Amino acid sequence: MSTTLSDDLTRLSAVQMADRLADGAITSEQLTQAHLDRIVRLNPTLNAYLLVDPEGALATAREVDRARAAGEDLPRLAGVPVAVKDIACTEGMTTTAGSRMLADFVPPYDATIVTRIRDARMPILGKTNMDEFAMGSSTEHSAFGPTRNPWDLDRIPGGSGGGSSAAVAAYLAPLAVGSDTGGSIRQPAAVTGTVGTKPTYGAVSRYGVIALASSLDQIGPCARTVADAALLHEVLAGHDPMDSTSIDAPVPDVVGASGTTDLTGLRVGVVREISGEGFQAGVQARFDEALDQLRALGAEIVEVSCPHFGYAMAAYYLILPSEASSNLARYDAMRYGLRETPEGSPSAEQVMAASRDAGFGDEVKRRIILGTYALSSGYYDAYYGQAQKVRTLIARDFEAAFEQADVLVSPTSPTTAFALGDKTEDPMAMYLNDIATIPANLAGVPGMSIPSGTADEDSLPAGLQILAPAMQDQRLYAVGAALEARLRETQGGYVIEQAPEIEVRA
Amino acid sequence: MSTQTAAGAEKTVPFEEAMSRYEPVIGLEVHVELGTRTKMFCGCATGFGADPNTQTCPVCLGLPGALPVVNATAVESAIRIGLALNCEIADWCRFARKNYFYPDMPKNFQTSQYDEPIAFEGYLDVEVPPREGLDEEPFVFRVEIERAHMEEDTGKSTHVGGATGRIHGASHSLVDYNRAGIPLIEIVTKPLTGAGERAPEVAKAYVGALRDLLRALDVSDVKMEQGSLRCDANVSLMPTGSERFGTRTETKNVNSLRSVERAVRYEMTRHAAVLDAGATILQETRHWHEDTGITTSGRPKSDADDYRYFPEPDLVPVAPSREDVERLRATLPENPAQRRRRLQEEWGYTDLEMRDVVNAGAAEVIEETVAAGASAAAARKWWMGELARRAKTAGEGGASVELLDLGVSPAHVAELDGLVTSGRLNDSMARQTLEGVLAGEGTPTEVADARGLELVQDDGALQAAVDEVIAANPDVVEKIRGGKVQAVGALIGQVMKTMRGQADAGKARQLILDTLGVEG
Repeated sequence: MSTTLSDDLTRLSAVQMADRLADGAITSEQLTQAHLDRIVRLNPTLNAYLLVDPEGALATAREVDRARAAGEDLPRLAGVPVAVKDIACTEGMTTTAGSRMLADFVPPYDATIVTRIRDARMPILGKTNMDEFAMGSSTEHSAFGPTRNPWDLDRIPGGSGGGSSAAVAAYLAPLAVGSDTGGSIRQPAAVTGTVGTKPTYGAVSRYGVIALASSLDQIGPCARTVADAALLHEVLAGHDPMDSTSIDAPVPDVVGASGTTDLTGLRVGVVREISGEGFQAGVQARFDEALDQLRALGAEIVEVSCPHFGYAMAAYYLILPSEASSNLARYDAMRYGLRETPEGSPSAEQVMAASRDAGFGDEVKRRIILGTYALSSGYYDAYYGQAQKVRTLIARDFEAAFEQADVLVSPTSPTTAFALGDKTEDPMAMYLNDIATIPANLAGVPGMSIPSGTADEDSLPAGLQILAPAMQDQRLYAVGAALEARLRETQGGYVIEQAPEIEVRA
Repeated sequence: MSTQTAAGAEKTVPFEEAMSRYEPVIGLEVHVELGTRTKMFCGCATGFGADPNTQTCPVCLGLPGALPVVNATAVESAIRIGLALNCEIADWCRFARKNYFYPDMPKNFQTSQYDEPIAFEGYLDVEVPPREGLDEEPFVFRVEIERAHMEEDTGKSTHVGGATGRIHGASHSLVDYNRAGIPLIEIVTKPLTGAGERAPEVAKAYVGALRDLLRALDVSDVKMEQGSLRCDANVSLMPTGSERFGTRTETKNVNSLRSVERAVRYEMTRHAAVLDAGATILQETRHWHEDTGITTSGRPKSDADDYRYFPEPDLVPVAPSREDVERLRATLPENPAQRRRRLQEEWGYTDLEMRDVVNAGAAEVIEETVAAGASAAAARKWWMGELARRAKTAGEGGASVELLDLGVSPAHVAELDGLVTSGRLNDSMARQTLEGVLAGEGTPTEVADARGLELVQDDGALQAAVDEVIAANPDVVEKIRGGKVQAVGALIGQVMKTMRGQADAGKARQLILDTLGVEG
């Protein structure tokens, strides 16, 4: 019986959890324990979490319960548990970034977003699985095994933040933190039937979040509903003097915007270059229907063109590896991380080489080599230099498009979840998953993925991406919330409710 | 790698002979550690001499996830240095990452500036003093500055177990990251031509003038022996009359002004020997050996060194407003050369005296001593005499130290001078007092009190001694009365002896003459 009760609690939205905690209808300890129980039961099958911290989570939960009983004023999400992608440093809690290199790395400090979560009094359930150093679209590049998609255990949950999205989709957490360098929050959200936001670049501090590509990385919320995502977004966002690229301006009212029900007068742009050809029929069909629903909500649909989006993928795969090759240089076994000592009396250089060889997986090595090459003298102008020019052109495409439309929309990912192992041997096919999400990272604009329904051909969820101008993150939540409510009406419930029961595998 | 050993000097030709066939081109790269309270990109302390790895944090240790934030004071110092060097100040510039692997560099890239330095296109007019023994005027050489840029220092490696302290032969290395992230300004000259045989002196004069300038700006403690000012000297030769620069070498580890001159001179004579033999100069870094006065081969360096520079994406551009630049310009101190001329006039020193004072790096302490109440003559006497002599050997193993590191302050010297002019101490007592101050026994007054040093002011005691000496030396008294007044010296000596040195010799002389009724 208790298992059923626990399961019931995990099925609440974060908003409902917060309300019931505030009412005193449930305690944070019950809520946290319910999630921990479910994690014990399902995580061995899903591998969504790399580390679970029952003691820490329960300690926070009890502390919140005690404070609430004492009548203290508490933050909105106090007592609502959360999962954190294993890319954010957590003091005293192993942080691996999905890499063998950091398998035993225990940070001596908290990332700013972790501090903000602690200040919000949210119990941290654990750290979620990811592609190594966030390089991938399937979590298959994790050094600790892939995460399975709760909709179909033989399929990928997206990546790099597949662990966070799978945890949320499987009710192993109501909320999770992700990071998005080229789509790592949005694409997993799309293929797991959940919601994910990449805020405006600089909206959320990157301090303490292990860097992939500094000029592209952004932290954001993963949730099952738009309103839930808004609450976590509000916790995460805000200026941080420890991050020079952090925006020193008030956080847009995303929570307020997530109550929007009417889009009258809103101009919604459909980007010609990221829809239609190359997109799976069921994904495209749900997208087209969503456009109809947007019209029904009062929005005007306009077609816009972003002619340079065709070069986004190429530019991205020069800029990302270039920055990554430099960001990952610090993993040299000298001060922390895996150390591999060759026979004899090796030099520091030989230890570095052996450790990096043993500690990094193939995809990481591939990108380090690409980036090292792209930055080399004689090639810099042709590769990194050109890619930066493309980046400027893409930003201009966005500027022009946002003169015609208040938000842009597209399918989030070209396909529904593909099978585990399908694309591991073909990096280019893997990279193409992010074709619709990459432009937002290059331009620094915010993007969100919400479920648009399930594809007819495979009954798997599809995602719809909303893009807004920089620092207008609230528009994502306004459009996302209104469309989510409308689709719930027309489809008879949230998309996530169509997910099958998870069969426990030994 | 060269087969060169540290002990073996390469062939050189005599300097004058080298200069008969070749023209030198020199270039100087000076790294200055700024004296900011905190590091370039984090809040860690910067003090010298702390226990290893106690002034570190996630940022300067390059831990996963850590991010840099620019130290605004360091940027202001960089701009002030640029302005003092007559540079243009960039409206907008970025940091760049210089990528290479080395254990003392926590991120395996150095955050530096590459093609967008904060300051560029300046100059410093340097006065080169006349050569020893030559009756010639000093001449002014304009050193063109290419750029001054900001960067962070690396950690400090100590190689253990080898004979030389160098990495070769060491069993292991220790790294202290306290230095990692200390703000540095690198000041790079353009290739300097036209100095001819005076090139080594120009190099020395430039680094000295730069040091004075940085000290006047109060941006660094500019101590070459502690590494807060480090100089790399590039040298090449081209045949006289040629305009095509020869291959250069970059000599590192040049840690005193004297070494700058010696190292440049040595490299010129070594290059000449290589070129005379028809061989080519290997482009490489060379290590200067202070003890043997030679350079040895270091790492081959070529333009193919690929640091894969790219703009630092974790930092935003530095864009000083013109108002800020002008505000900083208004804080610039008097140019050291002008200041020197002004001080010489105020103090009434001769050219030679002033030059000696400047060369000894004593102008500042003398100025402070005068400000504390001493006469300019007395200040010079103490600092350039007794104290300068002691500074030459006061360091570890008999090495020289800076005047201010002797443990005697300008205030002490002024106080000592006051004790002499007030008549409390004579010269010999003043020296004993200074001895005590150097030994850390306290201020001059405290030392004089503790040691009981004081001229006898009691005329009765002195008169008694004079009477006694006169009575005991009738023959000398006879001579004096007979007109040989200089014989009074013998009596003064005896009076001083009787008084155990605690008398004023001038006063004793006067008393003896008065007693004998002889006109001095």
